[in-house]
Amino acid sequence: MALKGLDIFKLTPKTNCKECGSPTCMAFSMKVAQGAVDISKCPHMSAEAMATLSEATAPPMKSIKVGTGEAEYTLGGETVLARHEKTFVSKTRFAVNVTPDMDIDAVLAEANKVEYDRIGEKMHAEMVYVACNGDAAAFAEAVKKVTGKGKTIILDCKDPESAKAALEICKAEKPILNGANASNYEAMVEIAKAAEVVLGVSGADINELYDTTAAIEKLGYKELVLDTTGANVKDTFATTVQVRRACLAKDPDRTFGYPSIVNLSKVAPNDEPMQIALASVFVLKYGSIVVMDTMNYARALPLFGLRQNVFTDPQKPMKVEPGIYPINGGDENSVVLTTVDFALTYFVVSGELERSGVPCNLAISDAGGLSVLTSWAAGKLSSTSVSKFIKEEVEPKIKCRKLIIPGKVAVLKGDIEAKLEGWEVIVAPNEAVQLVKFLKDMQANGEI
Amino acid sequence: MPFNGKSGKFNASISAVEVGCGDKAIKIGGENVLPFYTFDAPIENSPKVGVMISDLGLENEPAGVKAYYEGCTTMADIARKAAAMPGADFVCLKLEGADPNGENKSTEDCMAVVKEVVDAIDAPLVIAGCKNGAKDDELLRKASEVAQGKNVIILAAKEENYKGIGAAAGLAYNQKVGAESAVDINLAKQLNVLLSQLGVAPANIVMHVGTATAGYGFEYVVSTMDRIKAAALSQDDKQLQMPIITPVGDETWNVKESMASEEDMPEWGSQEARGIGMEVSTAASVLASGSNAVILKHPTSVATISKMIKELM
Repeated sequence: MALKGLDIFKLTPKTNCKECGSPTCMAFSMKVAQGAVDISKCPHMSAEAMATLSEATAPPMKSIKVGTGEAEYTLGGETVLARHEKTFVSKTRFAVNVTPDMDIDAVLAEANKVEYDRIGEKMHAEMVYVACNGDAAAFAEAVKKVTGKGKTIILDCKDPESAKAALEICKAEKPILNGANASNYEAMVEIAKAAEVVLGVSGADINELYDTTAAIEKLGYKELVLDTTGANVKDTFATTVQVRRACLAKDPDRTFGYPSIVNLSKVAPNDEPMQIALASVFVLKYGSIVVMDTMNYARALPLFGLRQNVFTDPQKPMKVEPGIYPINGGDENSVVLTTVDFALTYFVVSGELERSGVPCNLAISDAGGLSVLTSWAAGKLSSTSVSKFIKEEVEPKIKCRKLIIPGKVAVLKGDIEAKLEGWEVIVAPNEAVQLVKFLKDMQANGEI
Repeated sequence: MPFNGKSGKFNASISAVEVGCGDKAIKIGGENVLPFYTFDAPIENSPKVGVMISDLGLENEPAGVKAYYEGCTTMADIARKAAAMPGADFVCLKLEGADPNGENKSTEDCMAVVKEVVDAIDAPLVIAGCKNGAKDDELLRKASEVAQGKNVIILAAKEENYKGIGAAAGLAYNQKVGAESAVDINLAKQLNVLLSQLGVAPANIVMHVGTATAGYGFEYVVSTMDRIKAAALSQDDKQLQMPIITPVGDETWNVKESMASEEDMPEWGSQEARGIGMEVSTAASVLASGSNAVILKHPTSVATISKMIKELM
């Protein structure tokens, strides 16, 4: 990443032909230096210049694609260590751990019960991790059972012959072969190359992991993921953090520029709360794939919510779909409350409404995904936008003519009332937490 | 060529704050590395786990919490049982009942509870208000006096009421002042500056920088904590070097994921398991982002998080 815009400019044809989409070669070079466009966009670059440049401008951490079809996922490709510096790009994926002695169909069926829909994103355990216990035939049987189930397969197998046999069964699904270590990597690289699958590398400690990865790169194979699982929780955390930190440092060490696998079934077996706690830590701190005993809602609700939060782009607010959300069995005769489509506002407000137990309708209008005061200041939440939304979307569906508006925009009350004939506009308290008492009082007084 | 990892040790460090007295006293903060980065430098004071109890007793608590306290009839019983919870380092008494939008208990009634709890346990104590700024002003000033000599954390002084609470807790009665801000590095810093100007020694301030439950805008919490620790350690910003304490349990047990009954959400499974999941996930996340102490409710969560901290240290 050391190349500056000017260094790149020297290698361009300097003809300002605009074929790359930029107005001048200089502008193009600047964008390449920032990582905004790929060097290959320039059709006139000489082959040597291209080779120099792609090496120097390659991202410090590789993006690795695994799986096929709907179960294809991109891992890695991160550019920062903290999300506020830019954004995290490739979500942590969750894998369910199975071994040949388990009733694999039952384990998968249990995990597949989780299909969690949250702010328009459907989430489930994306991968399955099959560990070989030394019996090649049993392992092959197990691999057969996880193949064709719509989950990306990770084969944990250090024996080249068993690995080869397992890949024969499932290689079409682009699994990860998590099998290379210091003693077998040459054979494993051959197998992974032949099957065109991503190879997982592990080591007894971080130094062995480093040396083995370097040796594999020397053999010319760079489709890798690093199994950063250590002997215990502490080692696993230390290795996972140091690997990521090395490749995203100012002076990046690209040998560690690969996604990671963290296996909690190894370091915290059969301990659900501990696996949830540790999985949360590794969602924040650099786990690309987290392997757990199973997936159920006790795990999915916090982990998928956390992941959704942490992997949002700080520059793009999270939005909910505009529309009418009935709460506590609200129907066409229930009171209407309105607020903005900023996801955080929606969650806080709907949570408080649920706690109140009062049946109501939460009407969310499009406010550009901004909070109440911000969208009001930006002109995206106004008496016009609210009254238009109520007239077009709410009036045809809801009979109740009482509208509660956020306390922070109490100033809009008069204007909205003037624009909405037949509606009574009520101002809510300033803070969502006060809604519970506010609604309960209204209900007790017979106002709603 | 072996891996050449650069150490991420900083020259600056988080201040270490002592809470409680005698053998049971704890220190929070003091580290000069990012959370749990013991591979960079040893972390002397491991993060601490507190147990939250409420002056309202057990009525509103989740089933598993009620079960743990079974047989407790007085606040003193509850406090003793909380202090004895496996994995607990301290107790946090929340004066929830004082909330004018709730029970609206009088300050005198609340102080009787504070007195009862203070006398009952020798574990370090945090006294938390009811979140209503005006009521907390009166409540926490008084609580600072009642708990005199116990070196408690008063949680918390906010921008709207820091003068009274800061002066009482930090100057008059020698307690530790919790400084609460709303998930924003600049607000956190500003309040620390204000408290320092009031005369509260930085070594007597603990920050509560705001929190949320995992899934509820939690990215703001992560980024606020990340940035505070980065400023404190890499830029040696003295006004952000106070350790962070984060109440987690009272947030996470109030979200839909923890509250929806099994009849309403049969596919979600055990309500208790979900509640514990939300609590441990949020606690582990704030610890990984820089909290030096968390306050939880459920015994399983306390045991799990305490074990996780031990394993990571």
